[in-house]
Amino acid sequence: MSPIPSASQTVGPFFNFGLTTNRLLGVLTREGAQGTRIRLSFRVLDGDGIPTPGDSLIELWQADAQGRYAHPEDPRSAAADPAFCGFGRLQTDEKGACVFETIKPGGVPEPDGGMQAPHIDVTIFARGLQKQLVTRLYFARDAANAGDRVLSMVPAERRETLLAHPLPEQPDTWHMDIRLQGEGETVFFDV
Amino acid sequence: MNEYPRPRAGSQPPYLCEAYRSSVRRAPLQPLIQLPHTLTERTGLLYGHNPIGETDHDLTRQCSGEPLGERIIVTGRVSDEDGRPVPNTLVEVWQANSGGRYRHSRDNHPAPLDPNFLGAGRAMTDDNGTYRFVSVKPGAYPWANHHNAWRPAHIHFSLFGSAFLARLVTQMYFPNDPLLPLDPILQSIPDEGARARLVSVLDLSVTEPEWALGYRFDIVLRGRRATPFEEPVR
Repeated sequence: MSPIPSASQTVGPFFNFGLTTNRLLGVLTREGAQGTRIRLSFRVLDGDGIPTPGDSLIELWQADAQGRYAHPEDPRSAAADPAFCGFGRLQTDEKGACVFETIKPGGVPEPDGGMQAPHIDVTIFARGLQKQLVTRLYFARDAANAGDRVLSMVPAERRETLLAHPLPEQPDTWHMDIRLQGEGETVFFDV
Repeated sequence: MNEYPRPRAGSQPPYLCEAYRSSVRRAPLQPLIQLPHTLTERTGLLYGHNPIGETDHDLTRQCSGEPLGERIIVTGRVSDEDGRPVPNTLVEVWQANSGGRYRHSRDNHPAPLDPNFLGAGRAMTDDNGTYRFVSVKPGAYPWANHHNAWRPAHIHFSLFGSAFLARLVTQMYFPNDPLLPLDPILQSIPDEGARARLVSVLDLSVTEPEWALGYRFDIVLRGRRATPFEEPVR
C-alpha cells in the first residue's frame, strides 16, 4: 500500500506573521529581467461579494518571458531567465486586494508541439478554505487564448472569469477579481 | 510518463463543510474542472524563496529571552507517495504561544502575548527529507465558530515539495488531546486514518532528556507513482 498524501487544513486567519512577512515576494522580477513589465492586481471576494479582509493569500506560479520554468521538468530550464522568479506570494489587504510586479509570461510549449497561451497558475489560501483553490489567469484579447487547451475545457460562458483585463487608466496593470462563490464564481480547477 | 495520482476519496477535506462556519460563504459551489497536469503544474518553486537564517528553525531563540511554555522538538520526514524522501524543500510553520495567543493584530483572545515568542519558523528538509524545529507547545484557544468552540493545540505547516502539484498547507496536532474529536476543522476530513496522520506522536528518541519533549510528525506530499498501475480493489 503506497503512502497517502497528508490531508490539507486551512491556513486560518492568522497566517501573515508566518507566511507573508517578506513583502518582496510580491515582486517576481530582478534587475535585468527579460520581458514586458506588468502589474497584476487581484481582489478576492466571498459569496456575499464582500472582499476578504486581510485573511486570504495569493500565490503565483508562472513561466518567464519565453515560457520557460527554472525546474528540471522543463527541458529548457537551463535557459530560464536568472533574473526572474516564477513564484510570488502576497496577503490580501483590508479591501481583499493585492498587486504583484512581474512580466507577462510567454506561451508554454506542449509535448505534442502545441502551445499553451500565456497564463499564470493562481493559488488562493484563506480562512474558510480547507484546501487551496487553484485557478488560472489569462490575458484578455491575447490571440493565443483561442487555441489554449485548458481554456477550451472551460464552458464558454465561464471563461471570462479567468481573464485579466488592463485597467483603463493604467494599461500595464492587469486586474482579475476572484469570486470564491456565487454569481460570477471564478472557475477553479481540480488539480 | 508517470502521472500524479488524484487524491484518494475521503483523504482530503471538502471545500464546503457546514460545521466549519467560515467555509459556508467561501467554498466554491460550481463543480471544479479537472486540470490536465501541464508543464506549469509539473514544475514549481524549488529551494524556497529566501535563505534560512540561523535561528529560523528554533522558535525559542528568536528573541532576547526564552518563551514561556513546555519546550518541544518537532521533527519528521517529508516523503512522496512512493515513500521517497523529499529533500531540500522549504517547510514553514506558525503557531500560537503557550497561552493560545497568536502574535497577530486581529487575535483578540485575552491571553497574554509572550514578549519572547514570535511563533513563526522556517527550515529546509535535509537529504533524507527530515526537518526539525524547536518551539514551545502551543495552547488551545477559543474561536467564534460556534458557542464554546475551542481549537485543539496545533502548529500550522506549509510545504512546497518538488512541484506546484505537491504544495500543501496543513496543521499538526498533539496526541491524546480531548479537543480533537470536537474540532470541525480536523473532523471535516472524512477518512479516520487521514485524520490520525495529522496527529503527531510522542517519540522518546526525539526527546532530549532534561530539556525538551520530542514529537514526530511525518508528512506525505503528492508525487508520481513509480509504477503506473492502480492499487487492486479489494
